[in-house]
Amino acid sequence: MVLALLEYDDDGLDDVSLQALTLARDVAEQAGESLEAIAFGAGAEAVAEEAGDHGVETLHVAAADALDDYAPEAYGRAVVQCAEEIGTEAVIAPGTDRGAETLSHAASKLDVTMAAEVTDVEVGDSYELTRQRWGGTLIEHSRLTAETNLLTVAANEVSVTETGGDAAEVSSFSPELEDGDLRVQLTEVEESDVEGVPLGEARVVVSGGRGTGGDFSELEALVERVPNAALGSSRAAVNEGWRPHDDQIGQTGAKIAPEIYVPAGISGAVQHMVGCKGAETILAINTDPEAAIIQKADWAVIADLHEVAPAIAEELEARGHSE
Amino acid sequence: MEILTAIKRVPETGAKVSLTDDKLDIDTTSLGFTFSPHEECAVEEGVQLVEEHGGNVTVLTLGEEDATEQVRSAIAMGADDGILLDGGDAEWGPAGTAKAIAEAVEGSDTDFDLLLFGNESADTANHQVGVRVAEELGLPCVTGIKDLDVDGGTAVAKREIPGGSEVYEIDLPAVVTVKEGLNEPRYPSMRAKMQARKASVEQTEPEPHDEGLELVELEVPETDDSPAEILGESPEAAEDVVDVLEELEVV
Repeated sequence: MVLALLEYDDDGLDDVSLQALTLARDVAEQAGESLEAIAFGAGAEAVAEEAGDHGVETLHVAAADALDDYAPEAYGRAVVQCAEEIGTEAVIAPGTDRGAETLSHAASKLDVTMAAEVTDVEVGDSYELTRQRWGGTLIEHSRLTAETNLLTVAANEVSVTETGGDAAEVSSFSPELEDGDLRVQLTEVEESDVEGVPLGEARVVVSGGRGTGGDFSELEALVERVPNAALGSSRAAVNEGWRPHDDQIGQTGAKIAPEIYVPAGISGAVQHMVGCKGAETILAINTDPEAAIIQKADWAVIADLHEVAPAIAEELEARGHSE
Repeated sequence: MEILTAIKRVPETGAKVSLTDDKLDIDTTSLGFTFSPHEECAVEEGVQLVEEHGGNVTVLTLGEEDATEQVRSAIAMGADDGILLDGGDAEWGPAGTAKAIAEAVEGSDTDFDLLLFGNESADTANHQVGVRVAEELGLPCVTGIKDLDVDGGTAVAKREIPGGSEVYEIDLPAVVTVKEGLNEPRYPSMRAKMQARKASVEQTEPEPHDEGLELVELEVPETDDSPAEILGESPEAAEDVVDVLEELEVV
């Protein structure tokens, strides 16, 4: 058995969970095992069809009043108990904050090492892993030989495929929690007072770096002209105090996966590029034709962003594109 | 408050990473060393909390002896004491690292109220040392925190999610792993750096642990460095840019 941990919301399974599920199915097929999944909360039954479409045979729904709100240690406990009950050889989780946190608790309870940021698994006597270091600027090949192999899947590295299978069979699962498992539990969710599309969900991301000189007004105006667009920045711009850290794209900031990324006045340091490697295409605006970002981009405009951004906004308006 | 912050010595990698001949490590011959932005914020947060509430910040690292350099950098930022868990040249995995840190905490004369970690290390990114230390010590743990408020025996910690943040209330003592953006780490003064050079760093040798995760080799990934198609060298290129946006059907 291979067990996948799934996260979902009202729109269904999360993207990174679908990626994790695709890798988990690959592992299960190589091992000649069946694929099962665990998800938390009463709403999890609603994703049984989608999970089945991605190869899950049985969906274990851990639902109890105490588990309605996310509680990392309790979720970790439940994953361990579910894995032991069905006798799984691997647990595979999405490389999200919650996925990594839940599986870290499970790994510690099982006294095995969790392999994080995995992009590929070859199943033999052991699991031959490919995983990311340094945000993906370095690849690690390693061998995982635990009794139960726990791993998280790096975000936006696996192409999601479907099997067209029938809806997963839903099996309710009641973990036996221990004292202290609910010490840490989500208290509330605060909505950001920042309006607009979150960076991680935008189809178009425009961002500015040191080359803006601190003036983001033209880039802001451009973003307002494009539907589903968000404004980001480089670490240099955040360090200058020009933008809040929440806007920062890079190894220690937001990871984005838009259809097109438009870095303006950004040199393209390695640490920045690992934050935007999920972008399908890159169109760079930079005055320096030698900037590293030009090598990484699909298209480039070699000119001053303070002139180019307004010109793009005007052209969009002239062609009748408006938000 | 008694606060422990854990940091990790990592090379300052530039634009291009090169490997040692055995492909088991980064060739650091011409590189300097640092600790990651997440961990700088952990140290800064500890120092700020002690400035507000009184107490001490102890900075701890597990690594080779040269890692005292990073401990001293943290002391220059305002940490009071330093501990090196001398792990030698070998790369320590997350389970062994966590066990060694937990043992050091248990063996310490200090009862720590708060243990601060980076959310993940810059290099190996195992994402689990903080959680494992909490599990070893039986402490509550929150991860990926970008806003922390301590009031008496409790803390309110916030984790960023798309469009907002998750709020957690936890009782101290606790483990908190943090992300860059939590605060703005200070640049130590030259005077503080000079004093930190003289600070004593306590050293112990932890017991290694078998991880079950063995490094086979590292690889520098191929990158597509084919030059971009230059759409133009003036604002007139805006027409071509909009053509691209229309082609991608994003406008």
